[in-house]
Amino acid sequence: MNHIASKNIEPRTNKLTNSHKVVGLEEAIRRTNLRNGMTISFHHHFRGGDKVVNMVVDKLAQMGYKDLHLAASSLTDVHEPLIEHIRNGVITRISTSGLRGRLAQEISFGLMKEPVVFRSHGSRASAIANSEIHIDVAFLAASSSDPMGNAAGYSRSANAKSICGSIGYALPDAQYADKVVIITDDLVPYPNRPSGIVEMDVDYVVVVDSVGDSSKIASGAIRDTKNPRDILLAQQAAKVIINSGYFNTGFSIQTGSGGASLAAVKYIRQSMIDRNIKASFALGGITAHMVRMHQEGLIERLLDVQSFDRVAAESLMSDRMHKEISSIEYASPTEPGSATHFLDIVILSALEVDTNFNVNVLVGSDGIIRGAIGGHPDTAADAALSIIVCPLIRGRIPCVVDKVTTLITPGNTVDVVVTEYGIAVNPLRPDIKQKLQEAKLNILDINILKEKAEQIIGKPQPLPFGNKTIGVVLGRDGSVIDEIKNIEAKDM
Amino acid sequence: MKINQATAGTLESGDIMINLSPADNEGISIELNSTVEYQFGKQIRSVIEETLRSLGITSALVRATDKGALDCTIRARVTAAATKATGKDVWE
Amino acid sequence: MRLRRTMMFVPGNNPAMIQDAHIYHPDAIMLDLEDSVTIAQKEAARLLVYHALKTIDYGDTEMVVRINPLSTPYGKKDIEAVVKAGVHVVRMPKTETAEEVKEVEREILRVENSLGCPGRTKIMAAIESALGVVNAYAIATASDRMMGIALGAEDYCANLKTQRTPEGIELLLARQTIVVAARAAGIDALDTVYSNLNDMETFRKEVELIKKLGFDGKSIINPRQIEIVNEVFAPKDKDIEKAQAIIAAMEEARQKGSGVIALNGKMVDRPVVLRAQRTIELAKASGLI
Repeated sequence: MNHIASKNIEPRTNKLTNSHKVVGLEEAIRRTNLRNGMTISFHHHFRGGDKVVNMVVDKLAQMGYKDLHLAASSLTDVHEPLIEHIRNGVITRISTSGLRGRLAQEISFGLMKEPVVFRSHGSRASAIANSEIHIDVAFLAASSSDPMGNAAGYSRSANAKSICGSIGYALPDAQYADKVVIITDDLVPYPNRPSGIVEMDVDYVVVVDSVGDSSKIASGAIRDTKNPRDILLAQQAAKVIINSGYFNTGFSIQTGSGGASLAAVKYIRQSMIDRNIKASFALGGITAHMVRMHQEGLIERLLDVQSFDRVAAESLMSDRMHKEISSIEYASPTEPGSATHFLDIVILSALEVDTNFNVNVLVGSDGIIRGAIGGHPDTAADAALSIIVCPLIRGRIPCVVDKVTTLITPGNTVDVVVTEYGIAVNPLRPDIKQKLQEAKLNILDINILKEKAEQIIGKPQPLPFGNKTIGVVLGRDGSVIDEIKNIEAKDM
Repeated sequence: MKINQATAGTLESGDIMINLSPADNEGISIELNSTVEYQFGKQIRSVIEETLRSLGITSALVRATDKGALDCTIRARVTAAATKATGKDVWE
Repeated sequence: MRLRRTMMFVPGNNPAMIQDAHIYHPDAIMLDLEDSVTIAQKEAARLLVYHALKTIDYGDTEMVVRINPLSTPYGKKDIEAVVKAGVHVVRMPKTETAEEVKEVEREILRVENSLGCPGRTKIMAAIESALGVVNAYAIATASDRMMGIALGAEDYCANLKTQRTPEGIELLLARQTIVVAARAAGIDALDTVYSNLNDMETFRKEVELIKKLGFDGKSIINPRQIEIVNEVFAPKDKDIEKAQAIIAAMEEARQKGSGVIALNGKMVDRPVVLRAQRTIELAKASGLI
């Protein structure tokens, strides 16, 4: 009789640190059956410190791939090397929330044949879930992963090299992509749980030296603006919040990533203490300020789709009440229960606001793409009160204008505009206007603000756009709400 | 009016650096490098020329590097450069 | 009645600061042509300030320019430029005698006459030396155009051969003399700048001290200081109520045609009425009424 056991009887301590999924990058790409013309995706949680997009696209170029659709959650100025890959036909289509730096400039001048497709974070999440964006292979950077692919934006090991916190923008990709490749710089023993990305969604795990420079997500120090204009705007925004009628125990709040919007949270803190008001949750981009207020008991929960600094990232790792959420849970327009529906107040910034309260956060007043849509239209549409904080002029550039250069967030979702020369309230919100006037805030008609801007800087000439559409902006319903034309390069 | 080389202004944000030098021909020729070229290039050139003419200068080569200066700053810097270039002050 | 709780100091050779200063709502802005401007920049700064004053809409802010002394090659042209630009107040630095004020007044009048608008420009004098303190009342009354005198502590301490301290005991006589002289002359008294922006606590204590001494306001160098000064100068609720009662009593007396104002059976003197009016102005400016 054969008494040799048919099952695997080796001690499992070997398995904890390796698996069939752990392969090199080139091998992983081969095994995914990636073909020319397919769609690859990435997240942008390492922001200016990201190394993975360039690493993977360089490899794909080397391997001879062509005609790929790059569907990133966003792209920054560190992705300049993509210019060459676009010129060489490796990448021929891009979907993203934003573009910056030289890559954005070249695309604005007309680098690509196919227009870039711009979506908000919520729209991208919905598009992935509904198969409008079909991701063939997702390449997802992680600060730690075990050999089976349980992966996170932080690491609990002694070898931790990088940290970014929440990887909320990567989660729909992990869930819906045909193939998922985790790229990590810290392979940890199984099981790396709890983690945002789970093993059953992962096909391959690639270990590299470094996935990102954490010092470039934001430094460890709290990003505290010292700019007096930002402080002035933040204080005004805080006064709007306090007198809005929404500032009661149990309220929820989100702030954007600009200096003035982040600082506004600081200025409502004292009022919260004085009036014994506690917030039920803070959403979004979570910052050290919000973590501190949560630890003080002023904010009950933090719902984190993106950690803006190291303090937030570390809090996510260790605090049960600081939850990582996917961009679907955050802001998907086709998800009736997404968190933005439960938002009282959102504070956002803008490149331009026009006299119909439409907002542009993507294209600079020189016609060059220089920003990202982010969750701007998502939060403005769903929040009970949306507040835009924006200087009237930036140098000689007007920020309150007749018509925005590019429409990103429709005016009927924008309630209040705070500038250093006064506050404008959308005529659709007489309730807010009355409350703010009673609080003796300086409320002005938005047309007066626009005229004030022109009075100071003069009347700008229209931009010399060309005829080639180099970008399309999709609204939350998936339709094209604006097109971006090419602009001529300036003679320097 | 005869002018010498002269410079005024800085490269700080909100300022304009104006460099005046004599031109061979009549007329004011302006080389402008501005952060707001598209929106205000025409206006900036117009203010520079109008200011020089009001000071009696009809022939000059102007090299201007603009970082978003308002019209009043442009007038001040052009006048400062012109004062140095001509030796003639605008005050009594 | 003009409030001068904050006079924000802006270097005259900095276009970005010149065009933005008023968004922080200081009561007054002082564009400087004197110590913050190097000799090489004097001509350029004068032009920047002239064109700014002529073009920029500073709203209700009182516009002041600190000129160079007439004893320098710059002072006379400074006066010509700023009076032509329509400045509200010419601020004299380092004033020591009444005669210096009269000299400046003559120069201002000359330019005003050439424009056909005599008398429109006010003067204020900064006292920055022992002799200036000794002559404070003479300086304060040297001209009908005087609207205020201020202390310049740095040069004053150097003149006294001592150092500045956080508690400011070395400035006590100068401060009190300037307040007394200003009140005797019926004009405003302004305190000196505090330059350590990293120590807002000591700044607040200094503002509280000078308010107690009777100053109308303080020179400031950064928008962050404005909020603190306004908070310290904001009247308390009970003072506002008292002031409102006094104004009401004054109105009642006026309607009755009586020359005597009475409140709660006691006569109310003119200085008390003036103080009540100032309290109401401060309360309005602080958004309390």
